[in-house]
Amino acid sequence: MRATVLVRPKQGILDPQGEAVASALGHLGFSVSTARVGKVIDLEVDASDAAVARTEVEKMCEQLLANALIESYEIELG
Amino acid sequence: MASPQPRIGVVTYPGSQDDRDALWALAASDAQAVPVWHEERVLPDLDAVVVPGGFSYGDYLRCGAIARFSPVTAAIVEFANAGGLVLGICNGFQILCEAGLLPGALMRNASLRFVCRDVELVVERDDTPFTSRCTAGGRIVIPVKHGDGRYVPPADLDPSQVVFRYVEDCNGSVDDIAGVCNERGNVVGLMPHPEHAVDPLLGSADGALIFASLVEGARTRALAALST
Repeated sequence: MRATVLVRPKQGILDPQGEAVASALGHLGFSVSTARVGKVIDLEVDASDAAVARTEVEKMCEQLLANALIESYEIELG
Repeated sequence: MASPQPRIGVVTYPGSQDDRDALWALAASDAQAVPVWHEERVLPDLDAVVVPGGFSYGDYLRCGAIARFSPVTAAIVEFANAGGLVLGICNGFQILCEAGLLPGALMRNASLRFVCRDVELVVERDDTPFTSRCTAGGRIVIPVKHGDGRYVPPADLDPSQVVFRYVEDCNGSVDDIAGVCNERGNVVGLMPHPEHAVDPLLGSADGALIFASLVEGARTRALAALST
């Protein structure tokens, strides 16, 4: 089963990459007040159903894919 | 009896790059420096461990995140939990944070630039086995060289766990924190590199104070173990 994990810098955590992106977009003439840069991790999970896959991917996020102190994560299945 | 040389290990992960300098600095500080390979599941007989700087596993995912799962890291966690002295430098600091031995996390420098220069630090604690030769409130000069050194503490960090602070902001670290210890005080991590500052020819010998402290702490423990 295909799973996508979105990892984001937590709210309140300084994201200099996001600030640089927002600034660069401003230079291009776009009106952007905030940009935050995270990560996308695409997975093929060996799991029979979505509930099992979600539980597995949550464990992956807790143990490796995200650092709970500084990052939040979101899981999309299918 | 003659003062024994404590045995201090230096771990080499794939991508470590300051392991040789750390081994050299320890030998120059009257320790028996012992190289430790990342595949070791059991540490040799050691009185302390140094986790050196570099870019273990290419800094993939997050700095230190993959090294945390190396066989030797599990052995280091066990060693630290048993009260063993562990010093993490730069990438070693990042690894110890990821492994949960130290509080907090290290993120991309606020400037987005790699910083590589001598910095001045305030030593906040001189009552740790890593800083006993320093003076609390005193300043030392040792170099930094990192792109991901912005320290983010947990909300509940006890301020007494801060061991080193930058005199001037160099990477956006919260409260200018450059190094911290665990609650028990037997694990310390810092971003600056004491192993690159152990001889006046290198621009500063202040890093030798940290190694001399560590060697003394390790020797005291080795002697205590002998007498029990």
